[in-house]
Amino acid sequence: MRRNITEKIGFGIVSVCMWITVSFLFLIIFFIAVKGIGVISWEFLTSQPRNAMTAGGVAPAIVGTFYLVVGSMMFAVPLGIATAIYLTEYSPKSYVLNLIRISINNLAGVPSVVFGLFGLAIFVKFLGFGVSIISGSLSLGILVLPLIISAAQEALLAVPQSIREASLAVGASKWQTIKKIVVPAAMPGILTGVILSIGRVAGETAPILFTAATFYIKGYPDSPFSEVMALPYHIYALMTEGSHPEKQTAIAYGCCLILLSLVLIVSGIAIYMRKRERSYHHA
Amino acid sequence: MKIISAASALSKKMKIKIKEKLYELTFAVLAFSSLAFLVGIVIVLFREAMPIFEKLNIGDLVFGRFWYPTYDPPEFGIFPLIIASFWVSLGAMLVCVPLGIGSALYINEIASKRQKEIFKPLVEILASIPSIVYGFFGMAILAPFLQGLLGIPIGLCAFTASLTLGIMATPTVTSIAEDALSYVPRSFREASYAVGANRWQTLTRVVVPAAGSGISTAIILGMSRAIGETMTVLMVAGGAAMIPGSPFDPVRPMTAAIAAEMGEAPVGGDHYHALFAIALILFVITFVFNIAAEFVSRRFRIKLGLSG
Repeated sequence: MRRNITEKIGFGIVSVCMWITVSFLFLIIFFIAVKGIGVISWEFLTSQPRNAMTAGGVAPAIVGTFYLVVGSMMFAVPLGIATAIYLTEYSPKSYVLNLIRISINNLAGVPSVVFGLFGLAIFVKFLGFGVSIISGSLSLGILVLPLIISAAQEALLAVPQSIREASLAVGASKWQTIKKIVVPAAMPGILTGVILSIGRVAGETAPILFTAATFYIKGYPDSPFSEVMALPYHIYALMTEGSHPEKQTAIAYGCCLILLSLVLIVSGIAIYMRKRERSYHHA
Repeated sequence: MKIISAASALSKKMKIKIKEKLYELTFAVLAFSSLAFLVGIVIVLFREAMPIFEKLNIGDLVFGRFWYPTYDPPEFGIFPLIIASFWVSLGAMLVCVPLGIGSALYINEIASKRQKEIFKPLVEILASIPSIVYGFFGMAILAPFLQGLLGIPIGLCAFTASLTLGIMATPTVTSIAEDALSYVPRSFREASYAVGANRWQTLTRVVVPAAGSGISTAIILGMSRAIGETMTVLMVAGGAAMIPGSPFDPVRPMTAAIAAEMGEAPVGGDHYHALFAIALILFVITFVFNIAAEFVSRRFRIKLGLSG
């Protein structure tokens, strides 16, 4: 009898943990949505900030985040996929495989602010790109590289060996097999990884603090070498700089809601795609 | 004629072979980029931190009790920042370890198939919320709320930062711990049920011990995540660079110091190099955590007879 009571209590505690975890998600979304929704309007999304950041819209920050996402993907996606192809298709010697695997794992664990410092020292100073879209994109790109590599690797490994063998048997070379057979088959999985990393890049702040972001620019950036406003950095700056905390907090709520919706939609799509992908493979 | 065509066929074959080799080589070079970046980061951190190590000895830097980088003369004692990082992260552990492991147990043991399909994505979505949003949530909502609730003088303090970080690290712990639990073979449970144990006894005495090192990996990586987190602690922890006396003191963890001060530190000055030294220490700490996690999880996979 006693052990059944223990079981009830134990399972009760475990259930409470689950509900608390999930309620955090809804609390965060709820508070930000309730206070942010009033701020958002067509004008807020499409116009420039006015009156020292206390009025107007946040269009340049939205555009800036878009540039940074595109820039980092242009760098990280080809590199990540190429790395995954090498690791899965050309199956290098085991010590090479281990070396690269360990470095990917550790790169994934490096704190994001360290990528910012690396970007500052290498891209901003050493290569002379300055505080710019390109420096920020590269820093963000290195940050998500491990994520893209492991997603692409998983997708490539899920392609059945027999398809490769069939292609090689009819006389295709290794490269032809990879290009025409393996990569297209793995594409949905790779895409899921890319979408997930878009969500990650859009929300990262620390790597762009000293490499790309600025609180205010006039108009829109006109070259890859110009500074840029970005949604996450804008939230931070609104909360910690300036002299009208009340008005700025309201705008920050609006930015937060935009960023949160963006990330939630993007990761929702990725999670849905992966689910479909997995059920397809299991069927 | 025949000889020429044979020769051209041969050279065509050679061409394809060379082309194939070139592709392989290109991929190999690109694949080493991740290694190159990791090594690059280490080199950059060392290079940029070196000048401060030449001026101060490591002991004074790491165990110095005062961080006054802009005073004249400046003091570069990182100790309060290191303590702050651990203080806040250990607090976060008190939140994310029970919640994370509890949630993992729920998903793995109690949830029906349908519930699993709902809860697992929700945990993943919680993990995908950017740290700046957590920071904003902590600063704009949690801090004023806790200040009123607990009657503390400042809402932005180590306690609020721990709570926010804890919420943030929970999905990391949940996902990894849940993975570990799902690797425990069915036969373990069946054997336990067969000798008359109920579900709770099976869970606490068979499944959790079997998944123990996998769960430890989850905790280690959760800690690593908490220590390296920047924006949340920058916004919520309060920012005072002193050794905390209570959970309700404002603190300045290492990441927050780097993020807050790098913008103002003149490039090539002592302050700039000192901030890189902090980043180097931070890198070493998270590196050790990650290696430990890797080591423990490998042992776990061997123990359960999974491929390493």
